[in-house]
Amino acid sequence: MNPIELRKDFPIFEEKINGHPLVYLDSAATSQKPRQVLDVLKRYYEHENSNVHRGVHTLGTRATESYEQAREKVATFIHAPSANQVVFTRGTTESLNMIAYGYARTRFQAGDEIVLPPSEHHSNLIPWQQVARATGASIKYLPLQPDGTIRLEDVEATVTEKTKLVTIAHVSNVLGTINPVKEIAEIAHRHGAIMVVDGAQSVPHMPIDVVELDCDFLAFSGHKMCGPTGIGVLYGKKELFEQMEPTYFGGEMIDVVELYESTWKEAPWKFEGGTPIIAGAIGLGAAVDYLSAIGLDAVAEHDAKLANLAMERLQAIDGIDVYGPPAGVHRGGLVTFNLRGVHPHDVATVLDTQGVAVRAGHHCAQPLMRILGVGSTARASFYLYNTEDDVEHLVEALQQAKEFFGHAIG
Amino acid sequence: MQLDELYRQVIMDHYQKPRNQGTLSEDAISVDLRNPSCGDEIFLQLMVEDGIVKDVRFRGSGCSISMSSASMMTEAIKGKTVDDALKLSQTFREMMLGHDVDFDELGELESLHGVAKFPARIKCATLAWQALERAASSTGEN
Repeated sequence: MNPIELRKDFPIFEEKINGHPLVYLDSAATSQKPRQVLDVLKRYYEHENSNVHRGVHTLGTRATESYEQAREKVATFIHAPSANQVVFTRGTTESLNMIAYGYARTRFQAGDEIVLPPSEHHSNLIPWQQVARATGASIKYLPLQPDGTIRLEDVEATVTEKTKLVTIAHVSNVLGTINPVKEIAEIAHRHGAIMVVDGAQSVPHMPIDVVELDCDFLAFSGHKMCGPTGIGVLYGKKELFEQMEPTYFGGEMIDVVELYESTWKEAPWKFEGGTPIIAGAIGLGAAVDYLSAIGLDAVAEHDAKLANLAMERLQAIDGIDVYGPPAGVHRGGLVTFNLRGVHPHDVATVLDTQGVAVRAGHHCAQPLMRILGVGSTARASFYLYNTEDDVEHLVEALQQAKEFFGHAIG
Repeated sequence: MQLDELYRQVIMDHYQKPRNQGTLSEDAISVDLRNPSCGDEIFLQLMVEDGIVKDVRFRGSGCSISMSSASMMTEAIKGKTVDDALKLSQTFREMMLGHDVDFDELGELESLHGVAKFPARIKCATLAWQALERAASSTGEN
């Protein structure tokens, strides 16, 4: 895998940012899009645009075929046994909310427990708070180690017969920790609980096999994996999709509509009420093709290599605090840090003047920020188009920021 | 864009040594405000007598722009009528939009005019002013 060659696929890198070439280190927020995906979107709108599953006409057939083909591609990508286990959603947030509303809220009751770590992204935290409020179920948090990792013995100690659902991010969006999803799923299942995995930061970056992980649900977003915004996926086991209720009702998802009651199609279509995100799904299919051609093993290795390099280089700078697992530990492609005495917003602004784009803020993980004892942090995240030079640009820009504020602060 | 234009010496001075930091008694008007997108927060208290801001204090955490703006604001509004403080807030917001304003009226606050060229940071600079406006609206109710 050659990132310098791959960069040529991404038109955005022709942009100049404040007079500098773009050093894009915010792919954990959203990835850039290759021409191969952009072209497919354009081709769809120019040659296939039509509504799906209802038109008798030729375009309707073309659009439906492309849309359902995209579902097949996504299913193959995550090794789902059947394409019918792939629901297209707006993104990870919607996928997780669908589980909360369509599955958990109608099943859970007082005394039931939902187990998750406090380091979750708000989108895998608030839906469960809402379920707890509505059903009387309670939330139990898994303890975090100082570096943000989770010990399996703590999972064993927390999950009980009362536990109905265990959920965790496969890769933490703040710390880059890779969580032992398969082992946690095994513990959950032994106690009769279901396992929900937030794959927003893992599916774009590493090979995923839902059968091997044995997760019951997996949620992820297209826009973090070279696809368009507004498309995401909810994978679920067949029998759970059968039990789960739709969250949206209306066109497209019905079987028979009577005056006072109606019946639904089978999964996945019963979960896709209204005109679906046709172009988005087809774009995601193109993104899956693009990533598969490169190979997810290579992407994972590349991202982790850059993150480890960044980790080592940043730790060598006096005055920089780095969070998460130490260098050398297998991690996702991101590094979270702070320049001591300088607010991450100010750091990010200085980096931006050098064309270096990083995220600064609480990363939608306020409880984790409290555990780390910081209000916010800066985060550099890496993807297949980043190079070692990008890491060097980050380090140089950080040195400048340090010098600038050191001078300004006196 | 030169960084010096954004981070003027006076801004860094207020960031390092915030003025009017702390809290007032419980009968002061209090506003707790956060910028949910970044986690910056401010707790602003005003003691208003006869329509005049007799005393003002703030506590908060945030970047140099948000905290220096809060610090300078407290100095600027102390002793002013609430109406004049709100007029100043309006002028400050005009400056953030890049409009021509009377720099004399703004005093030290003029140092923040460079923020107008950093759209992502305008919310930082206006957080304290939003808290002020909220506090002022509750004086009207009393």
